Amino acid sequence: MTDTVQAKPIRVVLGKPGLDGHDQGAKVVARALMAAGMEVIYTGLRQTPEAIARIALEEDADVIALSSMAGSHLNFCQKLKPLLDAAGLDDKLWIIGGNLPRQDHDALRALGFKGIFATGARLDDITAFIRGNVGVHQ
Amino acid sequence: MNDRLPAGGAPVINESGIPIQPLYTEADLEASGGTAMLGRPGEYPFTRGIHPLMYRKQPWTMRQYTGFGNAADTNARFKYLIANGQTGLNVAFDLPTQCGLDSDDPLADGEVGRVGMAIDTLRDFEIAFEGIDLDRITVSLTINGAAAILIAMYLAMAERRGFDVRALRGTAQNDILKEFIGRGTWIFPVEPSVKLVVDTIEYCAAHAPKYSPVSVCGYHIRESGANPAQEMAYAFCIARAYADEVLRRGVPIDEFAGRLSFNFNIFGNLFEQVAKFRAGRALWAKIVHDEYGATKPGSMWMRMIAGGGGSGLTFEQPELNIVRGAYYALISALSGAQTMALCCYDEAYTIPSEHAQRISLRTMQLLIEEMGLTDTVDPLGGSYYVETLTNQMRAEMERIIADVDARGGIVALVGDGSIQAQVSAQAYARQMDLEAGRLRKVGVNCYRADAEEDPKVELHSYDETDAAAQVARLAEVRRTRDPAAVAAALEGVRRAAAEGVNTMPAIVTAVKAYASVGEITAALTAVYGRYREPVKF
Repeated sequence: MTDTVQAKPIRVVLGKPGLDGHDQGAKVVARALMAAGMEVIYTGLRQTPEAIARIALEEDADVIALSSMAGSHLNFCQKLKPLLDAAGLDDKLWIIGGNLPRQDHDALRALGFKGIFATGARLDDITAFIRGNVGVHQ
Repeated sequence: MNDRLPAGGAPVINESGIPIQPLYTEADLEASGGTAMLGRPGEYPFTRGIHPLMYRKQPWTMRQYTGFGNAADTNARFKYLIANGQTGLNVAFDLPTQCGLDSDDPLADGEVGRVGMAIDTLRDFEIAFEGIDLDRITVSLTINGAAAILIAMYLAMAERRGFDVRALRGTAQNDILKEFIGRGTWIFPVEPSVKLVVDTIEYCAAHAPKYSPVSVCGYHIRESGANPAQEMAYAFCIARAYADEVLRRGVPIDEFAGRLSFNFNIFGNLFEQVAKFRAGRALWAKIVHDEYGATKPGSMWMRMIAGGGGSGLTFEQPELNIVRGAYYALISALSGAQTMALCCYDEAYTIPSEHAQRISLRTMQLLIEEMGLTDTVDPLGGSYYVETLTNQMRAEMERIIADVDARGGIVALVGDGSIQAQVSAQAYARQMDLEAGRLRKVGVNCYRADAEEDPKVELHSYDETDAAAQVARLAEVRRTRDPAAVAAALEGVRRAAAEGVNTMPAIVTAVKAYASVGEITAALTAVYGRYREPVKF
């Protein structure tokens, strides 16, 4: 259930991609991850792919998490993937949550997003997924 | 207090923190303040409604939130809704427009026309409203950060089509303070953002006196985690902040207060919402009368749009949202709303389909035609429960407003992120309650479907070619307009901002020269800078 006392906390960069201003969900998830003992770097709104890749690198993120509510997730993730790859962050855990139609899930997985948490996902499931998958190489 | 009443099991406390008794009597009503603030409909303090006859004279305006793709796509949907009996329009803009970016801006890539209609120049507005009678159909623009520009475009478009701008009705959302709390389409820092709102109020009071330049939104504050009493109290704090600044410019309260309107959320307990609206009407009248010394009754009216409540709808079993929408419409009608817009059942999935929009519209129409909701004014008035709760909700809102004032006022508390942190903490607590089953949600944490069924929702497809066509049209406008006139007009906007005078006349000149949303925004940011979001937990 809980991390061992010695374990280094998991660091999560939680980004809001693009122009979408709906941040209630991202902030709720951020609180849940913090309550679970993780360190969360929340980027705030209006982040470009370049900014998210840079923050993830600078913050030494174990997890790169995106919250997208306004439908531009595929377009954004297609731009983000090569930047994360180029920054050597392809071994980190990439996850995404929000308003993500089921028809897009395969494409998101193909882009490297291992965890997909569409509307209705439970906070416990997000936390457990991160614990179970962080640092696990494909 | 009422130990003569039978015990009713576990305590019930509404979302605003007010304990609910198993039974209400005359004694409870008296203890809560009696009927001192009740009055008659159309009379101060307007608890029972702002007009004496309310829906008996005219039903609420029906105004579904609509817009996608480009101006021509949206114009077609507008005409569909009007043909189906809709009486107003409520326009959705895409995110680049809302953030003050042109469709060809690199930051707009992938977002043009996605969640609303793309607008770059006056040309797009001309297409969007082509063939629509703006005297008969009132238009609400859901625009905030870029509101000054879009209001200017709307007025310019109407004027060119031959409508009398002095008689033109309509509304812009234009409530930037709530954008910093929730929704997030801010552009400029807090202070110049408020200044722009005040510019539009002052300008419209002089040039478009029937136009409502601001619709103060409790709605999105509630969506961000506020409870119903906070939703309304914070909205009133924001409305006062704008009013204070307009008064500082020497515009008398009775010249603009009557054109301030409100946008509220409706999800949650039916009686709590009805009491919230009735309480809010009296409290806003009291504020405008006692604090601001208004004398015209119209200045004291809390005119509102209500009926939407996105956070109340669910991704699970989406057809249940049709039922929820019907109850929300009922609450709105029982609460005396001037305008109604319902969230569509498919909104957790997609931009609403034509079919879903029509269901929402028909929901409102059948309340009017079949259910008797327009027969009599304030039908719940006189209920011991509703009147007691109305008094208690009003007292709670007054307490919250006093607390905000004591902590430095709403502008300061939004500026440093305090309100954002508070509502976000409440949103988290609410989500924990939902996941633990303490807060019941049908289809989510009780009465779940056995197996996940295919919801059979028709997904709106995003058309990349629409975005390309929009970029091409912008290029064509840039090619055919008078570059010297545009440059001079943009310099006029920059100068007005730098000199601290009202920017609206210069913005109107710029939109008439076909300067774009992005160009005008850039002229303003050159002076004002851009907002930096405080990320506070």
